[in-house]
Amino acid sequence: MATWTPDPTFYPSPRMAMQAPVETLAYVASFDPARRVPDAITVVDVAPGSATYSQVVGTVAMPNVGDELHHFGWNACSACLCPNAPHPHSERRYLVVPGLRSSRIHILDVKADPRRPEIVRVLEPHEVAERSNYTRAHTIHCGPEGIYVAALANAQGEAPGGVFLMDHETFDIRGQWEIDRGPQRLAYDVWWHLGHDTMVTSEWGLPASFENGLVPEILLGGQYGHKLHFWDLHTRKHKQEIDFGAENQLVFELRPAHDPTKAYGFVNSVISLKDLSASIWTWYREGGSWAVRKVIEIPAEPADPALLPDMLKGFGAVPPLVTDIDLSMDDRFLYVSCWGTGDLRQYDVSDPFAPKLTGTVRIGGIASRATHPKAQNGKLNGGPQMVEISRDGKRVYFTNSLYGAIDEQFYPEGIDGWMVKLDAKPEGGIAFDPDFFIEWPKTHRPHQIRLEGGDCSSDSYCYP
Amino acid sequence: MTVQGAWPWLTFAGLGLFHGLNPAMGWLFAVALGLHRRSRRAVLLALAPVAAGHALSVWLVAASVLAMGAVIDMAAVRFAAGAILVLWAGYHWTYGHRHRVRVGMTVGVLGLALWSFLMATAHGAGLMLVPAFVPLCTGTPTLGQGPLLLSLRAVAVHTVTMLTVTGLVALVVHEWVGLAFLRRGWINFDLLWTGALAATGLALIVTA
Repeated sequence: MATWTPDPTFYPSPRMAMQAPVETLAYVASFDPARRVPDAITVVDVAPGSATYSQVVGTVAMPNVGDELHHFGWNACSACLCPNAPHPHSERRYLVVPGLRSSRIHILDVKADPRRPEIVRVLEPHEVAERSNYTRAHTIHCGPEGIYVAALANAQGEAPGGVFLMDHETFDIRGQWEIDRGPQRLAYDVWWHLGHDTMVTSEWGLPASFENGLVPEILLGGQYGHKLHFWDLHTRKHKQEIDFGAENQLVFELRPAHDPTKAYGFVNSVISLKDLSASIWTWYREGGSWAVRKVIEIPAEPADPALLPDMLKGFGAVPPLVTDIDLSMDDRFLYVSCWGTGDLRQYDVSDPFAPKLTGTVRIGGIASRATHPKAQNGKLNGGPQMVEISRDGKRVYFTNSLYGAIDEQFYPEGIDGWMVKLDAKPEGGIAFDPDFFIEWPKTHRPHQIRLEGGDCSSDSYCYP
Repeated sequence: MTVQGAWPWLTFAGLGLFHGLNPAMGWLFAVALGLHRRSRRAVLLALAPVAAGHALSVWLVAASVLAMGAVIDMAAVRFAAGAILVLWAGYHWTYGHRHRVRVGMTVGVLGLALWSFLMATAHGAGLMLVPAFVPLCTGTPTLGQGPLLLSLRAVAVHTVTMLTVTGLVALVVHEWVGLAFLRRGWINFDLLWTGALAATGLALIVTA
């Protein structure tokens, strides 16, 4: 429904979004790896001073089992204020929640009671496949033409994966986004530079190569995704492909600068076949095209093979497995999740080509099993994974599960879910909030976090 | 010119003011381009293509109505125009949020004119002027007052007002005000707009 003035959570620029009020709630995708209990969107109280601070205060169960809730997003965001395609009177009101495994898409209305969102529409897998010709919906971004959904496979579960559009008010599927996909076959994440009319997509792999866990032969054969794709956001045509080389496997999370005038961004490659290291790359505009440069390499850590899962015993080392990164609203700090070693790192990326490590905490980890001041058992598993930053950059939240079938490959006893929070200093430096440790309900594992009103990976902006 | 003869012209100018104030009709795009390119010049350079695209869209509607008025009964023109406006308002209400986006922040002069033309057309900017054209068609034709010239004069009055308002708002916002006010100050022009289209259409039908 249209409003008279813009949604108060829309900000023209990232600079203004940093002045937003402190979030009071976090929404967390929560799934049952055994696929016996319905997955849920879990609501966490993050308001300091609240009587239920750092507790789960709401749970919305999905209508089916086995969806594998993973990533999700808002129907509308600050991009609605863009001058070329304004929708300023839409509301940030609905969470668009896909099941990565089921390809079902749920629409949750958070307006009436933000702690008890209501499921208002469910798009069944066959409807999604028929209308979009895609399945395995992953990333959700609100943008100039509605809701953009990155999907990992086509209707048959094969290549190509791609992007489709949903109406941001009716949630009808409007169809495939690409007009000319060029050489692109694999899909994973999607985001853009609104100031440069450029969309970027990254690559994971096809469902057969991850739905039962990572396939060692495919990984060692360098056959998971290792490319970035650049598109014209408005003609919807593929413009350029950048290959990181087959040794840099799994090119994942796209974090373009929030300032729309800046033409650079960061992306992580999870693992190098050369030495098990992980890397962060900066993409940037050079001349008339895009280029990339590796700016961070995080080495594997030697470890006692007795502490390692079968997959890693032969290597005698823990790969850092950088599986998520997130960029603060002022484009200054990049947070890096090392799901293997258990590090959550903070880099100052004021100079996007010369990051400086400014903080590290360790929790969980394949060999280290590091604990948290508030944890009961003192030996945590899983590691820093989906990370989300408050708009003002002062609070950082993360959870510890990667993907049901992959969790067990690296943490063979399974993962006991947790969610934690860091306090970040304005000039750099991070520390655990000793009062914030949420032991996740044993039936579920937590994945992506979305903060009330928007966060550092939910909105894009047209004004600097 | 009598008072009665002046009102269509005041309407063209008044609607120029209304269209110029609407952030979705161009001033906001001009400000954004100025901020991106860090230059006041970029704001000023954006104004001409915005006005040109808008003018072309409005003129196509004006010329069509005046041409129709020259060959068919005026009551029929009024009724048809009214019905189109009401339908347009209904479409706008239902699907107004759903546009294919053709240009973005790297837009050039032609792209900006195209954008402005599409925005004005999609929003029915020209249709809103139709009631003011109708009395012009019914007036006694005089030398040099053919439909073409009339439509050009009408569009000129509308566009000059629109351009002036667009330019003033863009400059004031770019130089002094900044964009923070949009968060509260961007009132729902679409709602006003849809209402204006529907009211105009109904008025035409009733008076047909």
